[in-house]
Amino acid sequence: MPQVTLTVNGKTSTVEVEGRTLLVELLREKLGLTGTHVGCDTSQCGACVVHVDGNSVKSCTMLAVQADGSSVTTIEGLAKADGTLHPMQEMFREHHALQCGFCTPGMVMAAVDLVAKNPQGLSEEQIRHGLEGNLCRCTGYHNIVKAIDAAQPLMHAK
Amino acid sequence: MNAPFEGIGASVRRKEDLRFISGRGNYTDDINRPNQTYAVFRRSDRPHANIISIDTSAAKSAPGVVAVYTAEDLAAIGGLPCGWQIHSKDGSPMAEPKHPVLAEGKVRHVGDPIAVVIAETKQQARDAAELIEIDLQDLPATATVTDALKSGAAQIHDNAPGNVCYDWHIGDKEATEAAFAKAAKIVKLDLENNRLVPNAMEPRVAIGDYDRHTSDYTLFTTSQNPHVIRLLMGAFVLGLPEHKLRVVAPDVGGGFGSKIYHYAEEATVTWAAGKLGRPVKWTADRTESFMSDAHGRDHVSTAEMALDAQGNFLALRVNTLANMGAYLSTFAPAVPTYLYATLLAGTYRTPVIYAEVKAVFTNTVPVDAYRGAGRPEATFLLERLVDTICHDTGFDPVAIRLKNFIPKDAFPYQTPVALQYDSGDYFTTMEVAMKNADYAGFPARKAAAAAKGKLRGIGISTYLEACGIAPSAVVGSLGARAGLYEVANIRVHPTGSVSVFTGTHSHGQGHETTLAQLVTSQLGVPFSQVEIVHGDTNRIPFGMGTYGSRSLAVGGTAMVKAMDKIIAKGKKIAAHLLEASVDDIEFADGSFKVAGTDRAKTLSEIALTAYVPHNYPITEIEPGLDETAFYDPANFTFPGGCHVCEVEIDPETGVTSIVNFTAVDDVGRVINPMIVEGQVQGGVAQGIGQALLEHAVYDSNAQLLSGSFMDYTMPRADNLTNISVATENTLCTHNPLGVKGCGEVGAIGSPPAVMNAVISALKDYGVRHMNMPASPEKIWGIINAGRKAAE
Repeated sequence: MPQVTLTVNGKTSTVEVEGRTLLVELLREKLGLTGTHVGCDTSQCGACVVHVDGNSVKSCTMLAVQADGSSVTTIEGLAKADGTLHPMQEMFREHHALQCGFCTPGMVMAAVDLVAKNPQGLSEEQIRHGLEGNLCRCTGYHNIVKAIDAAQPLMHAK
Repeated sequence: MNAPFEGIGASVRRKEDLRFISGRGNYTDDINRPNQTYAVFRRSDRPHANIISIDTSAAKSAPGVVAVYTAEDLAAIGGLPCGWQIHSKDGSPMAEPKHPVLAEGKVRHVGDPIAVVIAETKQQARDAAELIEIDLQDLPATATVTDALKSGAAQIHDNAPGNVCYDWHIGDKEATEAAFAKAAKIVKLDLENNRLVPNAMEPRVAIGDYDRHTSDYTLFTTSQNPHVIRLLMGAFVLGLPEHKLRVVAPDVGGGFGSKIYHYAEEATVTWAAGKLGRPVKWTADRTESFMSDAHGRDHVSTAEMALDAQGNFLALRVNTLANMGAYLSTFAPAVPTYLYATLLAGTYRTPVIYAEVKAVFTNTVPVDAYRGAGRPEATFLLERLVDTICHDTGFDPVAIRLKNFIPKDAFPYQTPVALQYDSGDYFTTMEVAMKNADYAGFPARKAAAAAKGKLRGIGISTYLEACGIAPSAVVGSLGARAGLYEVANIRVHPTGSVSVFTGTHSHGQGHETTLAQLVTSQLGVPFSQVEIVHGDTNRIPFGMGTYGSRSLAVGGTAMVKAMDKIIAKGKKIAAHLLEASVDDIEFADGSFKVAGTDRAKTLSEIALTAYVPHNYPITEIEPGLDETAFYDPANFTFPGGCHVCEVEIDPETGVTSIVNFTAVDDVGRVINPMIVEGQVQGGVAQGIGQALLEHAVYDSNAQLLSGSFMDYTMPRADNLTNISVATENTLCTHNPLGVKGCGEVGAIGSPPAVMNAVISALKDYGVRHMNMPASPEKIWGIINAGRKAAE
């Protein structure tokens, strides 16, 4: 079986996987990082979004072997080592941007990338457009949009 | 510095969020048991067929396969039970065909499970499932109620002649006919309520586990009501007594009704775990969810209103065909009857009502309660009918509603369809909603939109919901096979922190926060010192779970009753310690005080004494401070409100944009305004989804066409807009908190508001009614046809 070496949340691991293993399966089943969720089988829902080498990626669309040599950040690795939450996590809580929490890890990871890549700032419409790849069934997105908007100045101030 | 106020009425940030935003949630698929195996189901890809043969030999010898089971292996276990029995007009009980765990002799819908493969890995199970050879003989199939009722339609069950489950009615037929006979005007509307797929973001998961030392079974499952699953699966399917079966529903990623029901996969993995002596885990992929989670809605109705010349409603007559799908899901028979037809008075004083409901089997996934459950169907029918009356007669949509509302001073109000509303004020919710929506300014906005070439419309909907489900004796008389009380166990620990064991279940509603606020308010215990425990039959005495917006009205009241017992016992202990009479002890802000003095003991001090009873009235009361209450509500609760939707349609594309959505909901007392607002917004989003985007489509051969997120249009962030939410608070009169419930109001009130707005925008095109979803294709077709006619 192929071997994959990758750094996840700062920790390097080498694992054996079947060729057909998806990155999300490696994260959940081999590394026990169950914060990344699987909500569909057609790459529509975005519950599995992680960062691979600084870009948000639906980890169900990527084979584990494709991530060989990559640096991956999952929701578990977003807060600082001392436990200080990322501003996006803080704002999701502050603005009640989650209910059941299942889409939240993917939503937060997608939002972090969206805001980070747009230092000029995003309008509400642009935020909504930027979330097209992430489904939430609970919130109606209203508070997610608010949370992301509120996180913008906090992220860019750093 | 004063501690922040964290009791009733505060928008306390949620306790549960810290784990969810950090990836530390514990959803069922995150659980793995030692020595676990994996189950994959082989499902029917045909809607209706006889099973000629099943050859599992190749699958059984495939790598890693532990077992392959079909219905033959499950012969000793029962079918999946239905929790509600409806009687037809003639008094006969509904047709209740067996719902086998795995298909017996026949498959009846696409997705019907035929066999299960259990293997060392999920991939091995998946590979082996494809090796099962199944010889099927196709039968004619029907997906719609109208097709299934045609003479000569294929019979889906031998013991349901004509595919009819029941033919039920409610109301006074003769009085209704008489009112129609003398009506100045009759307005009739044919309408459909589109079939939906609930699509909680977390797919269903079930893990069966068996302890060979104790012979105990455990089922970990994505459930809204673990005790109900234990009862149904234990007593009716597997024949396991409650004390040998534990059901755990940990963090659950949304339910919306779809995770109420007892499903075949739960029984299969639990049974197989016992058989194999190893844990068995099944995780649905989304494709399976589409064809195995119970769907929602799917009504075909005719509604007629009789009016006098002034626009007073004289009588309402409704005929509804309700699609049950291929089998009866747990609550299915109740949805189009007692959660639908009893709501047909709505907010109106219509004096007589008669409704007939025929429930019909089809070759589709079973249909059951989905957020709102029957009440959105009733509201859609009524509110579309009212706007159609205006279309046909020229009455104003606001004026006719105001004319027919149940007057403020008429409560308690007995409707002609069984329910008695305890409180409500539909005038105020409508007045506030119209103000918040700037209804008066609409003509100017419409003109401005028209100048840009866009079509604007505005729509109003008012609704009445019966929730806080439900008084057991009442639902028992209506066919429920269970009670619908709730249970709370309040445990004050020796040093004063509190654990609440509640029979309700949180799968997004924020109970860990809202219910803790109740304890903070009632017992004066700091919010951080309160823990809410739910979702485990081994930790919680009993419970009926969460659905029907019942958690606070019924579960919260059970907590209040248990806390009353804590306070009563605390007073006795305090009286002893303070050397006073029990009657002189007052409890407030977490302290027991001798009235009129400054002599007091805190709840913590009382708790410590209760567990370390050195100086204690031991001959009079037991040690400990741990109380349980079962609470059965006196009535349903009746939230009501008004939603106003404003849309803009692009005539070039037929795309409808929601430009404003205003909800004003009377949900009784609000415990956490932030959470209530979120619940309403989420419900409205699902209602907008139903109105504009979502539709579970079957073709004429009963193949499911919209079976993935690529084909079924889920609302996305850019389909929606900000949703303005306000609450009104006429209190429920029969529970101590005055709460009504807020989980479903959004999904109930919004679809007709959206559709009334769409139809108002298309006024110039002569549109009288349109069924949901108002897709761009449908709208563009109307506009295009209108243009062609004009050209």
